[in-house]
Parts: sequence; C-alpha cells; structure tokens
Amino acid sequence: MEIEGKEFDLSVRLNDVRLKNPVIPASGCFGYGYGMTDYYDIDILGSISFKGTTLNPRYGNPLPRVAECTSGMINSVGLQNPGIDAVISDELPKMREAFHGPIIANISGFSVDEYRECCHRIDGQPQVEIIELNVSCPNVHGGGMSFGTCPESVAEVVKAVKGVTSIPVFVKLSPNVTDIVTIALAAEHAGADGLCLINTLLGMRIDLRTRKPVVANVMGGFSGPAVFPVALRMIYQVANACSIPVIGCGGVSTAEDVLEMMMAGAKAVEVGTANLINPWACRDIIDNLPDAMDRYGISSLDSICK
Amino acid sequence: MKRNNDTNYTIVDNRWIGTNTMLMVLEGPTDEFTMPGQFINIAIPGFTLRRPISVCDIEGDLLTIVYDVVGHGTEALSIMKPGTRLDILPALGRGFDISKCGDRPVLLGGGVGCPPIYSLAKNMISREILPTVILGFNSDERMIMIEQFENLDIPFYVATVDGSYGTKGFVTDVIKEEGLNPDYFYACGPLPMLRALCLGLTIPGQVSLEARMACGFGACMCCSLETKSGPKRICKEGPVFDKEELIWK
Repeated sequence: MEIEGKEFDLSVRLNDVRLKNPVIPASGCFGYGYGMTDYYDIDILGSISFKGTTLNPRYGNPLPRVAECTSGMINSVGLQNPGIDAVISDELPKMREAFHGPIIANISGFSVDEYRECCHRIDGQPQVEIIELNVSCPNVHGGGMSFGTCPESVAEVVKAVKGVTSIPVFVKLSPNVTDIVTIALAAEHAGADGLCLINTLLGMRIDLRTRKPVVANVMGGFSGPAVFPVALRMIYQVANACSIPVIGCGGVSTAEDVLEMMMAGAKAVEVGTANLINPWACRDIIDNLPDAMDRYGISSLDSICK
Repeated sequence: MKRNNDTNYTIVDNRWIGTNTMLMVLEGPTDEFTMPGQFINIAIPGFTLRRPISVCDIEGDLLTIVYDVVGHGTEALSIMKPGTRLDILPALGRGFDISKCGDRPVLLGGGVGCPPIYSLAKNMISREILPTVILGFNSDERMIMIEQFENLDIPFYVATVDGSYGTKGFVTDVIKEEGLNPDYFYACGPLPMLRALCLGLTIPGQVSLEARMACGFGACMCCSLETKSGPKRICKEGPVFDKEELIWK
C-alpha cells in the first residue's frame, strides 16, 4: 500500500505462513466468515480463525448467553458448532468460496482424544494452514479443570495433535492462570509451532432486579476493549520468554491497538469483540493501518517485532 | 449486494407514549428493509453492545421505533434529543412472511410487542389483505398505540388482564368471546403469550421472538435457539419463526 509516494508493507509471517496483513477475525466472532460477506469482501483479511469446532455437534449453553459490561461483554455461548465433519463438508467449502487466504482452524476438545481426532480430520483440508488449539475447555478426564490452566495438560494435548497433523499448531492460551509464561513454555517445549493469546477472562454479572446472574451459565468469558492492557501485558511476557511466534488477541479495536500489540511482541493480531459491535471493524482497521504506520514511522509491520 | 456502509441516522422525534414506553422517529436509509418484523441495532454512546429494537413503521426515509425503558441503555436512549445522530445497523433478521397469511389472518400483539404488529398490519393493508388485530396489555395504564391502530380502519380489539379496558383477559379470550374464526396468526409479545398461542391455537402461524443479543447479525451465536430443524439464530434466521419450527419445553 502507498501513501504520498511512501510504501507500506502490511504483510507478516507466522513461521512459513505469509499473511497479507496481520488482521485476523478471532474465533467465535466471525462464524465461518462467509456470513460476513453481506458487509464487505472478506478476502481483504490476513486470515480468519473459524468458530471453535469440536468432534461432535454442540448446541452450547442455555440463553441468555451475553451480558453487557463497561467497555466489554461477557459471553457464554458454550462452543456451539456443527461438529468437525459438518465443518469440513458444509462450512469450509462456503468459507473457501469467499476467502482465499490461509485459514486458521480453531479446534476445541474435552479430552486429549477429541483434540487428536479433530486435528487428524482437519489435516490436509485446503487452505487450512494453521491449527489453533483452544485449551480453555474443561478436561472431562482430568476432573473438569481447564486444559489451559495446567502445563502438563497443555503439553499432553500439543504432543498428541503434533503426532497426527503436519499443519503448524498454535496454542490459544487462557489468561485465567497464575503464570501464563509457565503454560506458554510448556506448549513450546511440547512442540507447539506458535501461540495465540489471550482467550477471554472469566467474568460474571448479576442483574440487580432478579439478584441472579445475567448469563444462564452464571459465568462467562469477558472480552472487549477493557481487556486490552491485560492481553498486552501477557503477550509481552510470553513473547519475551518464548521463541515461537505469538498471535496477539484481546480487546483490539483500532489500527493503533494492532501496532501496540505488535510492539509488545505479537506477529499478527486477532480482532474479536470489535466485530460484534462494528461488522466492518476488521476492514476499517486494515484501511487505517497505513496511516497509523505513517504516523509512527513504521514502513513494514513484519519488522516491528523480531 | 453489500450492506450500506452509511449507518448514520438522525433522531427526528423522541417522546413518551406510555408510562414506560417511548416512540422514536429516525431519519436515514430505509432501502434495505424487506419485511415487517425486522429490527435495527442501535449503538448507544457509552455502552459496548448495541440495543436491538423492532421497527414499528417506515415512511420514506423515516423509521419509527417504540421501546420500553428497561435498563441503562434504553434510559440513555430515552433522554436523547432530536438532532442527535445515532449509529444504527438497519434491516436485520427475517421478519413476517406475508405470503402465508391465509384468508382471515389475525395479528396479535402483547405490550411492547405491539409495534412490529403495526408495521405488519400496514404492510398487509397496502397489499389489500384485511387482517384482524388484537392487542393485549396488563392494564389500561400500559396501553400504547391504540389510536394508530384504530386509524388503520380494520377490525381491532383490545384485551387487558385486569379488565380496565376492552375484553378482560388475554388476546386469546378476545378470539373466543368475539367468535372470531382466523385461519392464520402472526404474534409478537411476551414469551408466555407466544407459548399460549403456539400451544393453544390449532391454526398455523408465525411468532416473533426476542433475546439478549451481542452482534444482531449472526456472528456471535449469543441468541441461538433450538428448533425442530436444528439451532437457529434469533437475530438472523429469526426473529420471526413458524410456529411449527418451535420447541416449547
């Protein structure tokens, strides 16, 4: 892209995967992409992380699933998805019609076997160039504690899926831990090709009139601009401790947020809640990036972080 | 066709029409609306999530909504002055399908569910379909839009739960007492009313549901509903559903 004779290179690299820009709609905020073509041509995006997919279809949690918060929201959708086979047969073909870049497959599981089986089935699917493991789900064989809160569980999942796929595996880390660096290092040592952080922060709201939790599932994931500083801090810590690439995620809603997150160590950036407030959010961020880069003397995004 | 990028609307009027209910007229693009019963999603400065509100009427580039003041968001909306600009996503969801209406359609509105029934009735009249309208309220103090409906010059009845106006009881009591014989129904109102209609009426029909939403355009799955043909998004495949699709637990 060019402004007043100056060239701006928006492209970035995640290992061997090249994205034309660092902007990626985050999983769960963009469906499988094609539903957003009413609003703009999604082929402008760097990549798309598709809706968290499990082995079997899931309806998810009861309604209400959402609560308003100051500068953010809580959701407890509960991984509603049609299951990996329907994603491969129905959703991915429609996604590929509208988007021709690298796709990030967001995979969830409630057991190590489920992660392994999902990754095995997605392996070899055209355009799926990164697997993003959502390790925030409870481990049904591990007392229900989230995989992502235990370094050994994270390592176990990574090792299991690395054995069944040649697609680069990124681990999406939960911020609901005492020390995220320990978890990140466990993923790296187990063979993860990259990391994505942060997932949502566990939160809750109560309705003053009913004196009951607003979301039916009591608690849910807190996201939106309010979590940006927390995400930035964790990305900074993890990027400094690990040598695998980090995709930043958490409260990004402007081109300046993208630059700031990349300065903290992210090689690419996911945009989540902002899409739900402004369906054109990712397009607007991409459009505004060259101007923002110009303002801060940046000519190449890939050179921001080493 | 891509959605219109212009989401700027200007408030032309914003006034109380009931003890807890306001009417707002907005000026802006209306060309994307295709069915009565669709909704708009309003960004309210200072609040993260947009507020989804059903459309009550469209005349040229003027769009009318009627809303209950129920929380901080609608409270903020209620004090906005004419001339204020709002960022609004228009023409969301699938509204009422008029093509199925039969020969003697009845339109049933309950409380703040009455406004979309108004746009439906107007739409039908413009297509030379003559519907019967029945509105239900808790009491005469909570009644809204009576004059507008009376001016449509169609068979029109009101029920109040406490009997302070019209037929005492529910909208279904009007059907019985007046000996009406509809062959299709359209309804919007509180969930217990919709439930009673779907389970009680033997004729086919369509009902408009509501839910807490995040995006309002199908991206987040926060308003997903289990139906007989799988999960459906109230904001995208709805808010209007065929009675036959719905599962009542």
